[in-house]
Amino acid sequence: MPILLELFLTFAKIGLFTFGGGYAMISLIEDVCVDRRGWITHDEMMDITVIAESTPGPIAINCATFVGYRRGGVLGAVLATFGVVLPSFVIIFLIAQVLDNFLAIPLIAHAFGGIKLAVGLLILDAGLNMMRKMKKKLLPRLILLLSCAAMLAVNLFAWNFSSVTLMLAAGAVGLVCFLAGGEGRRGGGEGR
Amino acid sequence: MIYLELLLGFLRVGCFSFGGAYGAIPLIREVVLSYGWLPEEMLAYMIAVSESSPGPIMVNMATYIGSSQAGLPGAILATLAVVLPAFLIILLIVSLSRRLLKTPYVQAVLGGLKPCVIGIVLATGIDLVLRGVIGSPAAPVVSLKAALLTLILAAILYGYRWLTKKKLSPILLIAAAALLGIAAGA
Repeated sequence: MPILLELFLTFAKIGLFTFGGGYAMISLIEDVCVDRRGWITHDEMMDITVIAESTPGPIAINCATFVGYRRGGVLGAVLATFGVVLPSFVIIFLIAQVLDNFLAIPLIAHAFGGIKLAVGLLILDAGLNMMRKMKKKLLPRLILLLSCAAMLAVNLFAWNFSSVTLMLAAGAVGLVCFLAGGEGRRGGGEGR
Repeated sequence: MIYLELLLGFLRVGCFSFGGAYGAIPLIREVVLSYGWLPEEMLAYMIAVSESSPGPIMVNMATYIGSSQAGLPGAILATLAVVLPAFLIILLIVSLSRRLLKTPYVQAVLGGLKPCVIGIVLATGIDLVLRGVIGSPAAPVVSLKAALLTLILAAILYGYRWLTKKKLSPILLIAAAALLGIAAGA
């Protein structure tokens, strides 16, 4: 089978069979692309995981683009990315056609009344898990606390303020503190 | 124009969604509410549907919202917009330099940005849980039923983790919430 078709089909399968989004996909991508097909090495997989966490966008897209480019250049990247998106696109598009009618059924409406509460809890829990894995240093903790307080106020008082502004400001603070602290001379300034 | 709005809105999501799907949800919520595409309730339903269907959650939400606003062309446009920035950035990094992200300056910016994202996710979670129990903060009405359901769901989520030392699948929590919702509504 030509590599381009193989890339497309492999990533379509990954897109179709992983629930739970990007992090769940990483282990499947590793299983298929590293262990079974040998498309990329284990080190490259580690590399792409780190890159995915430091770049915006869906993690699955980051991985698919990376592996696709490695094996089939730009066209490979396009096909792998298209493959990982296509199954869920079709499924969600079909669900979207019927969900409104579904919600008119009282039983389903009650179910979604409960589901709504679970979604809030899941997001809160995801935030708590991210916080637990964060570096335990003063500056990140301070930024986290201030960002959280700022966004709570924005939501509470329905201010017209975008979180993107807050993120850009936090990035600038990180850079300024780094330059002021002269951490560059110690090489990266990683760790505690 | 709705097509342009979908394109711009989801490009913003694609460019600034650090930290996976949960990092993107606050941004998607902000975009959806600011354009007035959907009410808060529908958005929560859509998060649950995206979470329970296969594929990248962020892509699922883009497809859904695009489709609900402008049919198939809207779905294609929103999905493309949310995927494109990640695609281009990765191409840039693998073709130019994989060391790019490891330079101390980029690391310093990310060091400030990542905790900010976590703060925003936490604020969104707190906000959604509160709204579930008291409704809109502008006119708060405490719903005892919602408060009780939230407590039961939290007990399931953390009780499972405490007992098994494993994380409960979000899909199972959503299923439990659906059953509880039906039981409470009947």
